[in-house]
Amino acid sequence: MALISEGRFVEDSWRRLADEESLPRGGNCIVSETRLVEAASELPPQAPLGVLLGNTADPAKLAPYLSRLALVAIAFPAHGDGRGFSLAWLLRRAGFKGELRASGRLIADQATHALRCGFDTIEIASDIASRQDEAQWLAAASAYGAFYQQGYASRETILEDRRKTRA
Amino acid sequence: MNAHDQRHAARANAPTTTYLYDAYDKAFVKARVAEFREQVNRRLSGALSEDEFRPLRLMNGLYLQLHAYMLRVAIPYGTLTSRQMRRLAEIADKWDKGYGHFTTRQNLQYNWPKLIDTPDILEALADVEMHAIQTSGNCIRNVTADQFAGVAPDEFEDPRPTAEFLRQWSSLHPEFSFLPRKFKIAVSGAKEDRAAIKFHDIGLRVHANERGEAGYEVIVGGGLGRSPFIGKSVRAWLPRADLLAYLEAILRVYNRFGRRDNKFKARIKILVHETGLEQLTREIEAEFAAMDRVPFAFDLEEFERIKGFFSPPPYETLSPRSQAFEEGRRKETRFDAFASINVAEHKIPGYAIVTVSLKPIGGIPGDATADQMRVLAEAAERFGFGELRVSHAQNIVLPHVKQDDLFALWRLLDGAGLATANAGLISDTICCPGLDYCSLATARSIPIAQAISNRFSDLERQRLIGELGIKISGCINACGHHHIGAIGVLGLEKRGKESYQITLGGDPTLSAAIGELLGPGVAAENVPIVIESLIEIYLHERRDGERFLDAWRRLGKDRFKEALTREGEDGADI
Repeated sequence: MALISEGRFVEDSWRRLADEESLPRGGNCIVSETRLVEAASELPPQAPLGVLLGNTADPAKLAPYLSRLALVAIAFPAHGDGRGFSLAWLLRRAGFKGELRASGRLIADQATHALRCGFDTIEIASDIASRQDEAQWLAAASAYGAFYQQGYASRETILEDRRKTRA
Repeated sequence: MNAHDQRHAARANAPTTTYLYDAYDKAFVKARVAEFREQVNRRLSGALSEDEFRPLRLMNGLYLQLHAYMLRVAIPYGTLTSRQMRRLAEIADKWDKGYGHFTTRQNLQYNWPKLIDTPDILEALADVEMHAIQTSGNCIRNVTADQFAGVAPDEFEDPRPTAEFLRQWSSLHPEFSFLPRKFKIAVSGAKEDRAAIKFHDIGLRVHANERGEAGYEVIVGGGLGRSPFIGKSVRAWLPRADLLAYLEAILRVYNRFGRRDNKFKARIKILVHETGLEQLTREIEAEFAAMDRVPFAFDLEEFERIKGFFSPPPYETLSPRSQAFEEGRRKETRFDAFASINVAEHKIPGYAIVTVSLKPIGGIPGDATADQMRVLAEAAERFGFGELRVSHAQNIVLPHVKQDDLFALWRLLDGAGLATANAGLISDTICCPGLDYCSLATARSIPIAQAISNRFSDLERQRLIGELGIKISGCINACGHHHIGAIGVLGLEKRGKESYQITLGGDPTLSAAIGELLGPGVAAENVPIVIESLIEIYLHERRDGERFLDAWRRLGKDRFKEALTREGEDGADI
């Protein structure tokens, strides 16, 4: 796996915890959805905790934990499966302020979709990383100056710019 | 201000009849071309696998077909200028085999482009404010509309500003570009539905509430394909300001819950069907209620800006009756027939709407040569304020022609083989490319359309039969709309042979109906014979002025079933 943050390949400070592993006291680990309740109650409140969600997860069920979580990773099992984009957007709407990570088989050409839906980082399988280097991810993220849709995170929207021009 | 902006500013002051790109639109489409050029390079270098490249090329209109790539160019809401039509002709000459195919989604398909040439083609399109964005792929597709928009006497509101707004909103949507399946939106603003809005993933009907305010009826879950469904109304009247928010809510529910395990069950129509309309409506409404609607509010100022582009052309004040027109009709019987069949009433006195049929007798429905495209462009320039439309029936429309000019226009069209008088008649078939081009097809469809057209070539007979839509698909995906043909023909493959099922009673309009299967499939050569028998039964039974569809509704299947058995008695192998 490789991690991309702000267009750069970076070291991952988080560790994915297998279900049979014991919880490290200092946290900084990403647990599965099934282990979230246990981890949230057992770890000290200041220990950074992350969770990996399937893309069919129900954001309402996660709501009580959002303030406790420092990281939420959403699985992208295939680049053609866009459910994770809606889930990310819903988690942001529910007030999640921590790191939102897309994890799986996204390709560089989907970087802007991910960022605009509220993701901060993208974690990709190593076979994709070996074909799509940092330069490609950087280029893809800056392919467009502005987008049409409002209500999503982006540098600027065309509609706002037009409004300013009219004013 | 650079030269480009100056030109733009100069144009912005003149009234326009169609949308013009501003600097943002231009930059966006150029960026899209540059991105695709890079994607093609990255595919060739191996950075993108074929599997990864596929959705990217599809979202830029590029399909891999049976013999070659196919590029589908968007003609948003079917409106184009003569300049754009000329460019389509140039592309056909330069990068294809000198022709193009107009589709049921108001798009244009080139059948023979090379992958390596497509970025250049897209660039040539971008130069005239066109693109191929989202004409394919599991995303929001090109938004379609009534081809008589802005000129039909029965219109409440021109649907094109709404459609253009939606074109922009749907372009490279961050959340809804990797949906379970394709997503089609159609908009109509007239009493009569000419855009088949009940057979789209979302159909929008602009109409007024009791206070006279314009809003939208929102129809969800219509579609054709292997499981046809009539769309269902989820909102009878939605305020304009809420349109985008409401569409976002529908798309979000669909993106999350639409099936992804089986691509044949992935359209929203299946979600509506399996979840149930009431439950799904509740989910949509709950999502809509939960949204912070402020950022999604329909920007009414922006809507007004877009609407401003669709102003009426500088019509002259004319008498509702044109002497030149009447004289032409008396002088030339072929023109008289064309005038009765292909010319529709215009909302402005002295003007007419002309349908140019792309269904010459024995021809390929929807095909036009580059030369014909240039003649159409010339016709629009000389007689129609430079504007053209593409209809979902795969014909071209000249939306504002002076009645005084109709005869001269007809002569121009006639010289280019474009004056076939058959709009809405039996030889005006809708037809998919079928096995001659398409990798999904199970049977040929073009030769069937040609055989029917040849059999019913006699115009007097066609007029006697009257309004009748034959729609032909070469596989169950139903691109030829066979489910909604008064007579539908579906080509299948049975034990290595082509077999054609006949359906009757389909209706694409607001009185929507899905055709009913008449009986077992018939061999290709028997399709015209069966249709002949159906027509004989209809002509025998019909009451005054009754259309084929009305006769079917009154008489029912049993009366028409005879068409299959009768042929059997004659010894034909059906």
